[in-house]
Amino acid sequence: MMTIEEFGKRLRAREITAAQITDECLRRIDADNPTLNAFIRVMADEARQTARDRDRELAAGHDRGPLHGVPISIKDLIDMRGVPTTAASRVREGHVAERDAAVIAHLRQAGAVIVGKTNLHEFAFGTTNEDSAFGPARNPHDPSRSPGGSSGGSAASVAAGMALATIGTDTGGSIRIPAAACGIVGLKPTIGEVSTDGVVPLSRTFDHVGPLTQSVTDAFLVFHALLGDHIAAPPAPMPLHGIRIAVLRRYFCDILDEDVRARFEEAVARLRSAGAHVDEIQIKHADLIATIYLHISLPDAAAYHASALDAVPERYTPNVRLRLEMARDLLAEDYVRALAGREALRREIDAALTQHDALMLPTLPIPAPPIGAATMDVAGHAQPVRAMMLRLTQPFNVSGHPAISIPVGRTRQGLPVGVQLVGCRHETDGLLKIALACEPDLASGSASAV
Amino acid sequence: MTIDAWLKAAIADAESRKLPELKALLEALAKSTAALRQADFNDDARR
Repeated sequence: MMTIEEFGKRLRAREITAAQITDECLRRIDADNPTLNAFIRVMADEARQTARDRDRELAAGHDRGPLHGVPISIKDLIDMRGVPTTAASRVREGHVAERDAAVIAHLRQAGAVIVGKTNLHEFAFGTTNEDSAFGPARNPHDPSRSPGGSSGGSAASVAAGMALATIGTDTGGSIRIPAAACGIVGLKPTIGEVSTDGVVPLSRTFDHVGPLTQSVTDAFLVFHALLGDHIAAPPAPMPLHGIRIAVLRRYFCDILDEDVRARFEEAVARLRSAGAHVDEIQIKHADLIATIYLHISLPDAAAYHASALDAVPERYTPNVRLRLEMARDLLAEDYVRALAGREALRREIDAALTQHDALMLPTLPIPAPPIGAATMDVAGHAQPVRAMMLRLTQPFNVSGHPAISIPVGRTRQGLPVGVQLVGCRHETDGLLKIALACEPDLASGSASAV
Repeated sequence: MTIDAWLKAAIADAESRKLPELKALLEALAKSTAALRQADFNDDARR
């Protein structure tokens, strides 16, 4: 499927209409959603009507900007007025949103055409999309495998050409994990940058909203639309020569699938050959990231779900219910210790970025896991899938730094591999500029192309 | 509350709520909490 950037050029050259691209996305949804289960709700009639309206506007000279007429899918954790927000859970039965989430209002202003709401891990509380009241979403590259999660249906929808972009949420990696697993780009902005108003929370401390797209340029365009800046133009390309990149090794590269390691090292070598200055650094408290994350995110989730757990526990999927019940047992003193840990980690990553323009590490230590797998073999050892999926993304939910996952090729089985670039807090645009410079050298095996 | 005392109470609570499957998760969480408590970023009234 064409990128937003390519569609925009063709739209304004009168070579294609919003109605035509929307019809193409809906045709692919009809063809592939029965297999991929990416969508919980398809909004075909509304999408076609909106697309026709955008075409009429453009013909009359009203151009809303880069997202004008662009088909986009929405994770079903985000409120759209008059439509249920299921969070992929039976707990939400009967819910209908009264208002648009802030990001939906911005997308409508930007002229986007919303084609439907996508499947996810129940309440975004998981990384594989297996625990959903609507059944698992599947990976377009291999439907026996997970698309990652929790924004798994979202990533599958873009990788399979059912939408040109999608909006996901990321509490421990839920944008970047499925982006890497499905071979597309996923951007987690700086914490607090994009409004979470009207988004069902998982952890209000760590929740982020952001785009999953087919290119870094598209991520820039959608990110700015989510901010309410729907006429932003992507920055001019900057030279890669002289960009200072720090590769995170200890902990971050300790446990990697053999093919993931190979693709990552090749990507580092390509950036170095292209003129980037590449160092290696360590983060002192890296070993404690998972425990810091758990002791903050679990109490957040427990507080939100407590009354529903008491009233309708049977409506949760079993795994999600158990982990939420576990969350209720944590002590306040350990929560406070974790807050101190978060500050320590944030300082360490800030310090690493004073000497470098970006940090670089793999997005996932493993390729997309088979649906139902509890463990995966990594270098001869069985590793728990959930811990593996979160291991390299959750550090930047804890610290709040912006991070982007970019495809860097495939495993020998044809499964996508992604790398992350991490930038300074409150400088998401700066990270995107670096990502734009790196993308041609990173994305050699690239994009969706299912 | 020590980790051992916390774990014992949490498992007893899980069993009283007819959630014995929680035991394994709580045991894993206890290990994670023990690591958190040993971290050098924690405050200590003696220091």
